[in-house]
Amino acid sequence: MSAGDLLGYLDAWSVLPGETVTCRVSCTPGDDYAASLVRVVQGDTHPDAPGFCEENIALDLGGPFPARHQPIETGSMAIVDPAPSFRVGDAFTVVVDAWPTLPGRGRQCLVSRMDASGNGFELTLDERGVLTAVSTMRGETVELAAGDPLRRRGWYRVWISHDAAAGRLAIGRKPLGHHCGFDVGARASVDVVTGDSPFNVSAPLVLAARSGQDRAHRCHFNGRLHEPFVVAGCVDGEAGAMSRVDRSVAAWDFTREIGSDRIVDVSGNGHHGRLVNLPTRGVTGPDWDGTCHAWPHDARHYGAIHFHDDDLYDAGWDESFRFRLPHDLPSGVYAVRLARGDDRFYLPFGVRAPRRRRGSAVAYLMPTASYMAYANNRIGLDVPETELVCGRLIELTAEDRFMQAHPELGLSFYDLHNDGSAVYYSSRRRPIMDFQPGFVGKLGGLPSNVWQFNADTHITGWLASSGTPFDVVTDEDLQREGADALAGYRVLVTGSHPEYYSAGMRDALDEFIDRGGRLMYLGGNGFYWRVSFHPDLPGVIECRKSEDGIRAVAPGPGEYYASFTGEYTGLWRRNGRPPNELAGVGMVAQGFDASSPYRRTAASHDPRVAFMFEGIDAETIGHDGLSGGGAAGIELDAANAALGTPRHALVVASSEQHSDVYLVTPEDMLDPVPGLGGSESELVRSDMVFFETPAGGAVFSVGSIAWAGSMAWNGYDNDVARLTRNVLERFLDETSFEAPANP
Amino acid sequence: MSKYRIGPADLPHAREFMERPHGPASPGLQRVLNRMRTDPAGGRYVLVVIKPHRCWMLARMGEARGDPIELIEDRQFDDRAEAEREVFKRRWRALTGEALSL
Repeated sequence: MSAGDLLGYLDAWSVLPGETVTCRVSCTPGDDYAASLVRVVQGDTHPDAPGFCEENIALDLGGPFPARHQPIETGSMAIVDPAPSFRVGDAFTVVVDAWPTLPGRGRQCLVSRMDASGNGFELTLDERGVLTAVSTMRGETVELAAGDPLRRRGWYRVWISHDAAAGRLAIGRKPLGHHCGFDVGARASVDVVTGDSPFNVSAPLVLAARSGQDRAHRCHFNGRLHEPFVVAGCVDGEAGAMSRVDRSVAAWDFTREIGSDRIVDVSGNGHHGRLVNLPTRGVTGPDWDGTCHAWPHDARHYGAIHFHDDDLYDAGWDESFRFRLPHDLPSGVYAVRLARGDDRFYLPFGVRAPRRRRGSAVAYLMPTASYMAYANNRIGLDVPETELVCGRLIELTAEDRFMQAHPELGLSFYDLHNDGSAVYYSSRRRPIMDFQPGFVGKLGGLPSNVWQFNADTHITGWLASSGTPFDVVTDEDLQREGADALAGYRVLVTGSHPEYYSAGMRDALDEFIDRGGRLMYLGGNGFYWRVSFHPDLPGVIECRKSEDGIRAVAPGPGEYYASFTGEYTGLWRRNGRPPNELAGVGMVAQGFDASSPYRRTAASHDPRVAFMFEGIDAETIGHDGLSGGGAAGIELDAANAALGTPRHALVVASSEQHSDVYLVTPEDMLDPVPGLGGSESELVRSDMVFFETPAGGAVFSVGSIAWAGSMAWNGYDNDVARLTRNVLERFLDETSFEAPANP
Repeated sequence: MSKYRIGPADLPHAREFMERPHGPASPGLQRVLNRMRTDPAGGRYVLVVIKPHRCWMLARMGEARGDPIELIEDRQFDDRAEAEREVFKRRWRALTGEALSL
């Protein structure tokens, strides 16, 4: 892996043998590039790791392929295509409520309709944030400004009217809500030439950007728009909301179809529009008064859409090539490896086993929702606190430097938009730098410092090293198929940090357990955030980190419900389904400096878990590892009966010796008292837990992200790997587990 | 304003850091590090990887997303701990006005 400009993405992250893999690639013009298929075995490149390992699959993908640059154009907007009836007579007025979040940062267009010749109009904020109109017809341009710059995060009603017969252009603004009297309205007007109306040009009408321009000149608006409408004739824009205005040519009600990428014209004229790059919906508008906190309950409060110049859903690249997977390709973690000179870029994906060929008893659950959540995260670039929580200087790889130079790669749930607002949507329809074998992260702990996908290769590498057959199931399979995606498997093995779960995914796991399945949760901070998949748009999830939890930024007040589905998002703990009920443990603390060993408890000598400690005599476990130098670290889960850990669960070991870089989670820090660091708080620990389930299955949880890094230590030959192997072998044994009577 | 300022009383903690830059840190040293690592948004020190896991160059971040990363080309390290010591000394000087003298 290196970080040149060879990039790509796949249409799907879960594919069946015999299906087609579609690849979209970009690189600067020059030499051709090659593509091959590899099986990803182990991606950690540190000298102490088992060794980077990929297996070449003998399959001709075509190529070499010609180099072609494909840009990424960030920035959201709404587009209303120019139907023949989308016209006015001599005069028109456009009114919209606007809430600018970055006024004064470049020119930002609120509404525009400009054709390829430059004829048309726009209502915009100029470089200072002053409301400005531009009208151009037959090469004559008139620009008109009104008042002072708009305040940041203040609601205004703004309008533009134009009378081509009378030769008059006018604009105005009126502050909405309470401004303590310091913000007043403003109006301006100017004579223009008579003739054709600039509204009637043959071009789309665009909201939140300039129409007919490339990215560099699109002037994306940062902020919210509410109830835009167009009327024939010149009216006083200050007068009103669209519901009170007759003669509407078009009136878009953003409270309609909040879950979609459509804007609905309620004028009856059918001028519906489409949204590009997923601006944020289900957000409060000027009518929100705090009496409603859920858009599904009363959408009238949520008639705004928040546009950002850095929104990105789909890079929209043209297909570069496609190939068909062999029908007999075994299930596993694979990648398309792109190569040009020394430059490499990997496009990983999971190959599932067809239902009739699920020959393995073990399914590895590839946490693709969590990979999406972290996609292109800028934790090391934008977040000054990262060094503080890691306890070491941040290392920037070639991939980080590439991301710094190319912010158009888009954002993750760990980033802020340019205007400081929270990122609610994250997509896989773009190149993702940190979704590659070999990638070095930020939070993973020394020496390897791997995270998510690459850290998880410690687990898949361990399975492969012992010759354990396993199939791959991805989060999207769980979401789409429910527990059927897991039918036929006896043991489910998780990744190191399966943090993001949809309701459908959680339902699938619960049903798997209820059917007697065995779960090996080999990670930390799992099943933590509730996410929503878009019901129609592929490859994008939503998460609003409501009220609690470890998060980069809080959602706006009243904005805790997912626009995609109307679900209350945030912690699963706040949704009545704490991770403890599923796994026996739940998130309690994090720190990213050094990891620690576990110390066995008296419960570890219970005959119920004798199988677990065969060949392990020491009272402490996991003194070494690739993720912080110990098995318990990074993010820690502990048992808690009050949150649903079963009464008969055995806490067989707990970690110790954590530093004060570790702190308890905000949800457990109700009152910020001293002594909540790792050296003092009993809450800061990882519990290793085992329990049997009523259906004859069992659950084993390690509650630590660092565990996987210890499994891979010393070529997978160590006490952590041994213990994990003991559990896997017992879980593969079909003999039912029996919970103790009257636990 | 916080009450705590790094000063001469922290010299024992500085010695501790120079001996073990990657910890574990005593409570006193942790307080020094908390202060030092709360950098302002612009100019934050980072290590740019020259050879993965083997060689690093000191660098400073810009203020805004997308700003160039300023490489300090004459400060290259093949020992990560040495890079931590170098930054500790730089921050000590910046926060106390004096060179670290142990």
